[in-house]
Amino acid sequence: MTSARDRILSRLKSAPRRTMPERPDWAAPRYGEGRLTQFRAMLEAAHAQVTEVARAEWPSLLRLILAQKGVTRVLFAPATETGRQLAAAWANGDAPQLVASQLVAPQLVAYDRPMEEIKEVLVHEVQAAVTTARSGIAQTGSLVLWPTADEPRLMSLLPPIHVVLVDKARIVDSLADTMAAEAWSGGMPTNAVLVSGPSKTADIEQTLAYGVHGPKELIVLVIGDDAP
Amino acid sequence: MAVDAPAGFGAPTGFGAPTGFGAKAHVALNDPKLRANFRRAMDGLMDKRAAQFSDAGEWKALRARGAAVRARALAHLPQLLEQLEARLTANGITVHWAETTGEANAIVLGILQQAGATRVIKGKSMVTEEMHLNAHLEANGITAVESDLGEYIIQLAGQAPSHIVMPCIHMNKAEIAELFAAKIPGQTYTENVDELTAAARKALRGRFAEADAGISGVNFAVAETGTLVLIENEGNGRLSTTLPPLHIAVTGIEKVLEKLEDVAPLLSLLPRSATGQVITTYVNMISGPRKPGEKDGPKAVHLVLLDNGRSRVYGDVELADTLRCIRCAACMNHCPVYTRVGGHTYSFTYPGPIGKILTPQLEGLDCAGDQPHASTLCGACAEVCPVQIPIPDLLARLRTEAVTPSSIAVKGGGGGVSLADSLGWGGWTALYSRPLVYRLSTRLLGVFGNLMPAWLPMLRQWTSVRTKPKFAAKSLHQLARERGFSDDQR
Repeated sequence: MTSARDRILSRLKSAPRRTMPERPDWAAPRYGEGRLTQFRAMLEAAHAQVTEVARAEWPSLLRLILAQKGVTRVLFAPATETGRQLAAAWANGDAPQLVASQLVAPQLVAYDRPMEEIKEVLVHEVQAAVTTARSGIAQTGSLVLWPTADEPRLMSLLPPIHVVLVDKARIVDSLADTMAAEAWSGGMPTNAVLVSGPSKTADIEQTLAYGVHGPKELIVLVIGDDAP
Repeated sequence: MAVDAPAGFGAPTGFGAPTGFGAKAHVALNDPKLRANFRRAMDGLMDKRAAQFSDAGEWKALRARGAAVRARALAHLPQLLEQLEARLTANGITVHWAETTGEANAIVLGILQQAGATRVIKGKSMVTEEMHLNAHLEANGITAVESDLGEYIIQLAGQAPSHIVMPCIHMNKAEIAELFAAKIPGQTYTENVDELTAAARKALRGRFAEADAGISGVNFAVAETGTLVLIENEGNGRLSTTLPPLHIAVTGIEKVLEKLEDVAPLLSLLPRSATGQVITTYVNMISGPRKPGEKDGPKAVHLVLLDNGRSRVYGDVELADTLRCIRCAACMNHCPVYTRVGGHTYSFTYPGPIGKILTPQLEGLDCAGDQPHASTLCGACAEVCPVQIPIPDLLARLRTEAVTPSSIAVKGGGGGVSLADSLGWGGWTALYSRPLVYRLSTRLLGVFGNLMPAWLPMLRQWTSVRTKPKFAAKSLHQLARERGFSDDQR
């Protein structure tokens, strides 16, 4: 007895042969020096908050931003470079601005064990998470996330606020460019995600509403070597 | 003013076997709320799409690339499916093949039962709608909750999607407010969209967390890397495919792409054509289950490849262009018929122009033969199709197949001629091929035609909404002859 697979494939193979069209020329747009401007404009149009910040400054700036939003518990990835910087800076006492503002400083929660062991915390308790983007795409205002064992997938998905760091030097023109430049076809991770704004829906009367299932807010920190 | 559905409209009068399109369309056309809901939504979607493709040169080049990429994938579909299966298997994803929707339902149920799963959370998937999967799972004691907001709304309402991208487009917020107040415990009536959205988030959060399995569709399956690409705005698709311990993806065999780079142009076409967005909020690329050491993601991922007639359609090179479709819904958003009657009028899973060519091919012309006739052949669908499917040509081809079947790729062809058709066209032929009879009948119509009452059954279909035409007292031939033209004068 043949299987469904064999029957489907044999029907397809017995079909008349067709000509294989070439891929006609097409190139995604290029932005040159305007890359960052385009990246920022697209993300802001999608309701994300974009802030340029110097490499040494971001942990304290982020702490202030989150405190101002009333966030008390922040999920972080302790084994990543971003996570280490964050933990080191936040352990170093409160930034003067934060002290002056009399706001409650948010505390870090480590995502350091299998999801099943901290599911309640992830699903219902943490209010924000901090992750790193592999690159940023100017054309569409997208963040390229390749979650890893150290920086798991749910970080960018479950908490109401998602903070992403992207290196200014790693903002590229288009998905096509970055796929080719980094030879993605050579091997894809378990999961790769493009994030282009906070979670949204327009299912009810085409009225935009944010945070339907994923994060309601997306905060993008564009990290440069110098102060912006 | 309510107008009764004309007797006989929608009955088998050369429209192939009926799905009741005519009668349903009549009801829809006389429903002002439905008309308003669709008009508002479709106008908005058309404007947003037009703004995205304002650069004609860019649209032309991008669309040519998109069409070629899909045509290439179809040109070696069996080889790509084998490659996809091999890559996915190497990546740790289990691949299943189903010839029919019944087989696909059984496969999904089997995977769930083997895992002991009873609670399922679903991302949006038209193929699972095609399978009527939820009903099958429900009948076997498994609860499947739709998590896309639109799908959740229609599931609460006990309805089917009326649009393939925006499933509850036929409802307004007052209807949704009433539904939520009635169906979600603790929810009070509110028409505030943010509050309605928050209520759905709250109701579904726990469902995601407790789900034993997530089921999703697939937008593109990349053969080169063994990657499943899913696009969405809400994050429910990512949650369904990340949070539960088991993920089952279901897709049609035609969704395969040759190379990962082919995703880029299609990704630039699909959301812009669908909703006028430059990109969806999330593009989710899944290439395997959770690896050792990874802290989240499903531990098992399955892909069910559904045929359901697609490999038969593939046997006809012209009709197989139907399989290029990337399900953006631009064709329905621009269709003068769909935008007036809405998706439920079509009775099948896929409405609008793509449905009119896909449904009769999958289900058979003998069962959905009136669908290709629900069109003016205006060509708006072909104009906006991002992968250049010649929908009007295929509609005409299917109308022909309904009368004179020419291809084994078409199911149920040749049954589209009724007794009324045969008599009607036979009479017309007899009349027009005999000058004497023709002259006599036109003379008689000139004399007695205007005496025919407007309520005569066949006339009423016209006269119920229009003025009865007046027969001229003299025929064109008579008038010409009176002015001195002779029959053979050029």
